[in-house]
Amino acid sequence: MLVQALKKLGQTLVVLVLVSIATFGLLKLAPGDPVQIMLGAEYSQDSYESMTRELGLDQPFLVQYADWALNFVQGDWGTSYIARTDIFTYGFKEALPVTLTLAFFSLSFAILIGVPLGVLSAVKKDTVFDAGAAVFALTGTAFPSFLLGILLIWFFGVKLQLFPVMGYVSPWEDLRLGIYHMILPGLTLSTYFIAMITRLTRATLIEVLDEPYIAAARARGEPNWRVIWVHGVRNIAMPLVTILGLQLGTLIQGTVLTETVFNLPGIGQMLTSAVLGRDYQVVQAGVMMTAFLFIGVNLLVDLSYPILDPRLRDRK
Amino acid sequence: MTAKAAPASATVPPAGPIPDVTPRGKRSMFLRRPFFTVALIVAVGYILAAIFAPWVAPYDPVAQSMDAMMQPPTGAHPLGTDSYGQDILSRVIFGARYALIIGFFSVLIGAAGGLVIGLAAGLSGGWLEWALMRLIDAILALPSLILAVAFIAILGQGVDKVVIAVGLSMIGPFSRTVQADVMQVRVQGFVEAAHLMSIPSWQVVWRHVLPNVIFPLAVQVTIRISEAILVSSSLSFLGIGVTPPTPDWGLMIAEGRDFVSFAPWMSAMPGFALALLLIALSIVGDGIREEFDPKGRRGS
Amino acid sequence: MTLTQTETLLSVSDLTIHRGAAEILDRVSLSLAPGETLALVGESGAGKSTIAMALMQLLDGAKVEGRADLKDAGDLLSLSSHQMVKLRGNRLSMIFQDAGAALNPAYTVGRQLTTTLRRTLGLNRAEAHRRAVDLFSQVGINDAEARLSAFPHQLSGGMQQRVMVAIALAGNPDLLLADEPTSALDVTIQAQIIRLILSLTRERGASCIFVLHDLALASQSCDRIVVLYAGQVVESGPVAEVLNNHRHPYTRQLKSCVVEIGRADLVAPEGTVPPHDRMPKGCRFSTRCPRALSRCSDEMPPSEPADPGRSDPLDHVFACWNPE
Repeated sequence: MLVQALKKLGQTLVVLVLVSIATFGLLKLAPGDPVQIMLGAEYSQDSYESMTRELGLDQPFLVQYADWALNFVQGDWGTSYIARTDIFTYGFKEALPVTLTLAFFSLSFAILIGVPLGVLSAVKKDTVFDAGAAVFALTGTAFPSFLLGILLIWFFGVKLQLFPVMGYVSPWEDLRLGIYHMILPGLTLSTYFIAMITRLTRATLIEVLDEPYIAAARARGEPNWRVIWVHGVRNIAMPLVTILGLQLGTLIQGTVLTETVFNLPGIGQMLTSAVLGRDYQVVQAGVMMTAFLFIGVNLLVDLSYPILDPRLRDRK
Repeated sequence: MTAKAAPASATVPPAGPIPDVTPRGKRSMFLRRPFFTVALIVAVGYILAAIFAPWVAPYDPVAQSMDAMMQPPTGAHPLGTDSYGQDILSRVIFGARYALIIGFFSVLIGAAGGLVIGLAAGLSGGWLEWALMRLIDAILALPSLILAVAFIAILGQGVDKVVIAVGLSMIGPFSRTVQADVMQVRVQGFVEAAHLMSIPSWQVVWRHVLPNVIFPLAVQVTIRISEAILVSSSLSFLGIGVTPPTPDWGLMIAEGRDFVSFAPWMSAMPGFALALLLIALSIVGDGIREEFDPKGRRGS
Repeated sequence: MTLTQTETLLSVSDLTIHRGAAEILDRVSLSLAPGETLALVGESGAGKSTIAMALMQLLDGAKVEGRADLKDAGDLLSLSSHQMVKLRGNRLSMIFQDAGAALNPAYTVGRQLTTTLRRTLGLNRAEAHRRAVDLFSQVGINDAEARLSAFPHQLSGGMQQRVMVAIALAGNPDLLLADEPTSALDVTIQAQIIRLILSLTRERGASCIFVLHDLALASQSCDRIVVLYAGQVVESGPVAEVLNNHRHPYTRQLKSCVVEIGRADLVAPEGTVPPHDRMPKGCRFSTRCPRALSRCSDEMPPSEPADPGRSDPLDHVFACWNPE
């Protein structure tokens, strides 16, 4: 199992390197001459050349990349000329935690609401409840999240005045207030996943409940709730985690949009304002963080399989 | 990413030999799946509205009017007006045109790019295959929206730039599915699997590989149009997609957002137009996939 | 049917099961005394497993009529699910054919056993653990302590079945239903497992219903036998009686196959079971019976004693218009 894990790690590293090269290269293609930006309106040919040398822009691509990559790994991500802070602080220390908090809340909502909903649908198969849940699941996966966010703002924030409509308070600092601010954005982002998890849980559980060990558990005298929740649901963990891993991209996309709707200072906002303001180093950093996040979580998902399914443990 | 390769049930299930191309009696399909039929009618309605927009829309979508600003739905303006006095109904109708055009062409770009890379990855062997697979992994390491954002950063804004950006960002998922299909055919033994770059003769590719690949690809195209529309609307919503005053639903929703408390129709109308189209396309996509691609392949 | 009321553990009367349009069981009756072993024998699809599942109320989507009275419990077929849950594991339990598939792959076998122990016997964690080790050794699992923390897929087929037996006997049930417990195992292990089940149930004074398609195995291990064909009981009684003095043509065919070929497994008699929509109204074996009369397919023969002159005439019965 160790060999397998190492192989995966190796592959992951290669992919990371590729992504970083692509990101670096891509943004080099961006319009705008950084030297010109630095020098301002008037400059002489000499100062242009010396600035170019200073910034290392006369070096071959690979050298520039290596330089940048080295810096990146050490935490020197450059300076954002819009935000006027160093990008590492801006991106990693301030924006990333916001996005992660949002993602964490949404995923938690999604699992806490979606799994029971799916279980109930499976148990009450083909009843009105099941049909209703299915309709909800269908619309939930297709409905654009940013629209949902605005609807929620309108309904809960404006009409009912129940929740705050924008702004972020870190739950790590003030739990109550933080959660209060997280509810609407968390709900917005989680809706797609609630719908998806409901569908998936229902389908997988129906299959699992057909398995012989379920009948055998009943034959031993296990009460129905245990049969479903202890024996049944335990065995849907793996397909669930698999699909969630695959949907990670959707989650990240969703955070970008949700942050914009609710004005949360996360990576999403950071990226969009950077694109608008042509702050390319920030865009670079944002893309890199997203990629790392995505790849990192996928790796974790891969590594979790043996834990979830004991049958995978002794192989290889 | 390896996470997608391992659990076969989710993304890369082996497609069988040449799929059953003959749809089982088109007539019965429409009767068998009522939801699908309704959704299809709705989608076709949008397409017609998009094509005949200039004749159907009551006003010029970008005609501003100082005295008709932010009016609620009335007889003269059935869906109300926005902060520039533009008629929302007309903008919504023209919005369908933009959404469908952007969606269609970007998916085409994605499919074309995906076809090329997927074929290359699937037909080659040895280190090239490995390298291409890592490349696809790398592309797929970023969600479509983020990739599109990055491309917009380079290309700038505007309808054509959005099409390119969204199209490029969809190459990843398409190349994955194409590669899987190619691998499936390849295993059937007609290819000499040599160690390095064993690309077979073009005739073999043309006659055997392509038919097995093109059809599932077409199915994927229909499924992913709604995804493309969603991404492009998202870009416009974020303010980095099309430029005002283009009648784009995402843009309209963003513009209406600040006025949600007293002019909710500004966001709601284009919002529901978008939601309805996406739901309809989603149902149509599901139906097509169930009918013609019984392995239940789910894109990532 | 045979012994006096007070000595009957289980009495099934006119058990009839429909699934959709098909009648899977037609007025099946049998009875069992405490400590007895009964073999339920027949071809695949005869309905043997269905009887076992019905007794446990584990059948889905089927219409069940008739009675199945368990001593001190009532009619198993009409108890509420709540009452059934209390009985299962406690008074009656079941062993399945594919033990590997009947164990939850996500939990250790020890955990599955101790949960049952704790629920049926009310033991605490430590007691349950000790009991589990003890049970494992009783079923012949060496190195019991270590095996408790194994997962089902880590054990061989024979081991898995032993685990199943341990779990089934954990609550000291009065009745054990064994649904083809050895069909999925190697021939060499089959005898071991059967012997194990028999000795353990005898020790506990429990009764056992073995669902089998292997007549030879049945004759070696059980006290009584019920021969089933296409959902109908054709003959039943003490094993030696039925095999030596059989009256029903089907019983003869079953027996002759075994004897002729000299193998322990069953070779089907000529012909096939008619499909469910073409079942004769009377005796279902009539389509293949060499002794069939015209009334056989129209009228179901009543159950009558094989040897009316005996002291216990209802002990061995059969149903045939034209017996041998």
